[in-house]
Amino acid sequence: MRAVPDLAIETSGLCKSYGDVQALRSVDLQVPPGTVLGLLGPNGAGKTTAVRILTTLLPPDGGNARVVGHDVVRDAAALRAEIGLAGQYAAVDENLTGRENLVMVGRLYHLGRKHSRVRADELLERFELTDAAARPARTYSGGMRRRLDLAAALVARPPVLFLDEPTTGLDPRSRIALWETIEARVAGGTTVLLTTQYLDEADRLADSIAVIDHGEVIAEGTSDVLKSRVGGEKLEVTLEDPDQRRVAIDTLTPISGDEPPTCDGPIVRMPMRRERGGIAEAVRRLDSAGVGIADIAVRRPTLDDVFMTLTGHAAEPENGEGDEQEPAAEREEAAA
Amino acid sequence: MSALAMTVSDTLVLAQRNLMRIPRQPDLLVAYTIQPVMFVLLFVYVFGGAIQTPGFDYVDFLMPGIIAQSIAFGGFTTALGLSDDVRKGLIDRFRSLPMSRAAVLLGRTFSDIGLNCVSLVVLFSVGFVAGFNFIDASAGEIALGIVLLLLMGYAFSWVFALVGLYSSSPETANAIGFTALFPLTFASSMFVPADSMPDGLRQFAEANPFTTWTDALRSLWLDTPPHSDVWMSFVWIVVLIAVFAPLSVARYRRVVAR
Repeated sequence: MRAVPDLAIETSGLCKSYGDVQALRSVDLQVPPGTVLGLLGPNGAGKTTAVRILTTLLPPDGGNARVVGHDVVRDAAALRAEIGLAGQYAAVDENLTGRENLVMVGRLYHLGRKHSRVRADELLERFELTDAAARPARTYSGGMRRRLDLAAALVARPPVLFLDEPTTGLDPRSRIALWETIEARVAGGTTVLLTTQYLDEADRLADSIAVIDHGEVIAEGTSDVLKSRVGGEKLEVTLEDPDQRRVAIDTLTPISGDEPPTCDGPIVRMPMRRERGGIAEAVRRLDSAGVGIADIAVRRPTLDDVFMTLTGHAAEPENGEGDEQEPAAEREEAAA
Repeated sequence: MSALAMTVSDTLVLAQRNLMRIPRQPDLLVAYTIQPVMFVLLFVYVFGGAIQTPGFDYVDFLMPGIIAQSIAFGGFTTALGLSDDVRKGLIDRFRSLPMSRAAVLLGRTFSDIGLNCVSLVVLFSVGFVAGFNFIDASAGEIALGIVLLLLMGYAFSWVFALVGLYSSSPETANAIGFTALFPLTFASSMFVPADSMPDGLRQFAEANPFTTWTDALRSLWLDTPPHSDVWMSFVWIVVLIAVFAPLSVARYRRVVAR
């Protein structure tokens, strides 16, 4: 029997180039069994390339990668029996029905004809696709297709799941439903590597997040660790009268610590110190100085702030502005 | 499961999948049923009266040619299907499964054989209705003609596999396939006797493998003088497969490894 590896997914020094474009430069990742790693980055950061290498679709140029102990190059065939992949492009056969798609995948996992059918029906039921099971997948909504795609990835009950931008393009309701499904798999012990450009998605699903940009992991840790790098919580006071902001800043400076309060229109911001009573103290001081408060809130940094701090640009670049090449776009081009 | 058993099983699963898709794509269904029927009827009744085929009714002369043309184009589903599967990410799905690596291309090309059998039934049916008859052909000769056609169709599946893997869309596959092959089928003895053609074209038509295949079918089914054509037609099939199968496999490896 094979010893159970300590890490479900492990890479070191993983590199891949497409011509002059370095899609991955020395990526190290460690994912313990039963946890979720969120690979977070903008389009073209190298997320898809990493998934393609880990699922044996693409050979790396350099470095090592192992999934449940199997080397992605040397033990590719054995590795494939242990993984499920749900892709960005919802790879289901549109001309087959939902059931036919799942039975086909089961038979290609060599589950046998009968077992494949039983498994397909089980998954259709669990993913609430039973009513649509006999309809061609091309009649499905986006959310239904993603569910079918995810179901196909789960046919052989793989211990490791790769989800490449599983909710891109979905409406909010379908996203939340898919999140719940993924959470249920993880609760059952499945290891998940998830790529996403949505910060809230990584925040919600991932035990650990690796921020990737231009093919490099630029930060790693839990969502809390990453957020603390941006500098903790801020108190935001919205003034009734913006003209009072000078007074407000002077009043708050003594309790603001190293960083003085800043203002932006009617909003005055200051770092929140960790001690209790910070909000009450601020309110008391402003009140006795005669400053009217329209609103007061504690703002916790989001992963968006993390991304801005780490990369100097927002997580989601504006459409059509990316100067980086997304491997998928490159593929289409190369096929022409 | 042994590697061979796995390849056979996976190939059959994918071939079945490819065939299940056909009835659900009305455009393909039309291409494989109504279009050949239309061609037979147009040629027999529109051109037939004007084309001299000494010693034969035109419908007898025409049917081996038109059947060979239809079967050659049968592989076109491979071009469409492969280009579609690459674009939509299904190839990625297949390659992430613990299945035979050869099965994607084998399943694709084998399903064309099934499809071509359906085409043959349709074409023979309309041919008999239009007055086609075998002339002094034994059951063995008829069967050998059918085997020849199916093997030729299989060779063209590899030609079309390459077309599909070089095409960014089904439309491109369509354009490449038809502009390259359609004229080639007409510059042969498929529809008119080659000796009616002007110099240059005639020599081209005589060297054209479509002429070789069509003449082989005529010698088997219509008892035209036997010559080297029957075995030559098998040589052409072997040559096509020997050239296009390795090219397609090499191209497939490049396309998927991105």
